[in-house]
Amino acid sequence: MLTANQHIKLKEGELEKETITLNLGPSHPATHGVFQNIVEIDGERIVSGTATIGYIHRAFEKIAEHRPYYQITPLTDRLNYCSAPINNMGWHMTCEKLLGITLPKRVEYLRVIIMELARIADHLICNSILGVDTGAYSGFLYLMQHREKIYEIWEEICGSRLTTNIGRIGGMERDFNDIAWRKLDEFLKDYPKALKEFEKLFTRNRIFMERTIGAGPISAERAINYGFTGPNLRAAGVDYDVRVLQPYSSYEDFDFIVPVGTKGDTYDRFLVRNEEMWQSLSIIKQAIEKLEKLEDKTSYHADVPQYYLPEKQEVYNNMEALIYQFKIVMGEIDAPAGEVYHAVEGANGELGFYLISDGGRVPYRLHFRRPCFIYYQAFPEMAKGGLISDAIVTLSSLNVIAGELDA
Amino acid sequence: MITNETILTKLQAQFGERVHSPELQYHILSITTDQEHILPVMTFLKEDAELNFIFLTDLCGVHYPHRDQKFEVVYHLHSFTNNIRFRVKLPISGDHPKAPTMTTLWSSANWMERETYDFYGIIFEGHPNLKRILNVDEMTIFPMRKEYPLEDNTRKDKNDEMFGRDPKLIRTDI
Repeated sequence: MLTANQHIKLKEGELEKETITLNLGPSHPATHGVFQNIVEIDGERIVSGTATIGYIHRAFEKIAEHRPYYQITPLTDRLNYCSAPINNMGWHMTCEKLLGITLPKRVEYLRVIIMELARIADHLICNSILGVDTGAYSGFLYLMQHREKIYEIWEEICGSRLTTNIGRIGGMERDFNDIAWRKLDEFLKDYPKALKEFEKLFTRNRIFMERTIGAGPISAERAINYGFTGPNLRAAGVDYDVRVLQPYSSYEDFDFIVPVGTKGDTYDRFLVRNEEMWQSLSIIKQAIEKLEKLEDKTSYHADVPQYYLPEKQEVYNNMEALIYQFKIVMGEIDAPAGEVYHAVEGANGELGFYLISDGGRVPYRLHFRRPCFIYYQAFPEMAKGGLISDAIVTLSSLNVIAGELDA
Repeated sequence: MITNETILTKLQAQFGERVHSPELQYHILSITTDQEHILPVMTFLKEDAELNFIFLTDLCGVHYPHRDQKFEVVYHLHSFTNNIRFRVKLPISGDHPKAPTMTTLWSSANWMERETYDFYGIIFEGHPNLKRILNVDEMTIFPMRKEYPLEDNTRKDKNDEMFGRDPKLIRTDI
């Protein structure tokens, strides 16, 4: 019989100590997408792990080698589907670079508005889901309705919501209508309030801070070595932003701050994304001001009839438009031969398009530089030594999108 | 800040004829080198204090079935401090082409090389874990090679001649 302060003493080596192999995913509610992580755990600590990917591989690069340029836009939608317009615009800009098209300022500003809305939509999802993963559902609940508002704006512009296929090679498919402008104004009025509220809920929240500070850290040096880009790299303290370093679509006209973190942990990534949403809002406001100052109030595409898919109304009423429509749709338009690499700042990193054209109607080779495919390989290293719960929030804050990962 | 000319001069001073065919396309300079010299060239580009190409942006394969050297590995580098991009090409031949791995210089090359192996069958020598990444392990072909059609050739219900790439139209001179 043991008394209260006596402990059971076991002889050394009497209990067998072993690690457990645990399958996280491919369809686990906490992984937000089809990723499989096989982790070896000792108690609740992760000893090692490997990531298996490719569950939703759809061979986009192969398909792209068989499709005329304008038909590749819908493929890019399905890469990072949380911010499809950035992908669409990136692809259009790659083609425009190859074809040597310069756009009127107005179109570039319109594109900036759409791309920054997409960035907000993406960061909003990532950060609010991070809240859900730490057990705070309300942030997600309240921010989600604003993503809906963004989708409504896109719906007015291009007719669809998630996989947008927005814009055309050479411009936008149509000008923003009055409803779109009104909804954009409403969004700019309502969203800052919601974002402020969201920050109040999380930024200095004790539970949230303790769950995220120090979870999944990465040093700047390792992050660069692992090919990190976007908010994840900036959270590690490197101020690399494609919009600043190699501006496209007139980003050089805008005044914004590139937020950086220090430790590269989950909390830093969260803060960087929040700040970027504020910066995006500011960019949208600046773009609207600039649009008002522009003399040009109507143009929404460049004057390149041989590449720009004409409006349907034109096609039915105008002989030339009909001819160009036919030529573009049937792939009769040849692009010049050449090699282009164009990068845009996607919501989760540098999204690059490496296009080799042999002068034919389809790309000879098209490679998507998908940011999360490259940085996701650092995940086992980041999760190692931490708790399972840390791994979950790390994965969530890395903003890995399955569609982009597997292409 | 350095320019494309500086990079080229420095590389040629270091490697001479081994670095050839400089080509400037859409603001990015590219050079071509061979299997033996690719690792020294990349190491030089990364570790030279002035060039400072510390970031491997992209690594991918290309298949040119009509060339002597049928495959090409294309590396995109980025120097943040100079804000300049650079492209290195490595043409390789054979049905099981081999290239040295870049994982010793960049951890990010790991999955990119696995992807290139998966789709083109390029064997990266020295890679720690060279196996398929996006396709199923049981796959026996390398699907991005040009000889594999997008769809089943025996399909009768779809005529792909008017749309897409007609095999007869593939240019053989590039």
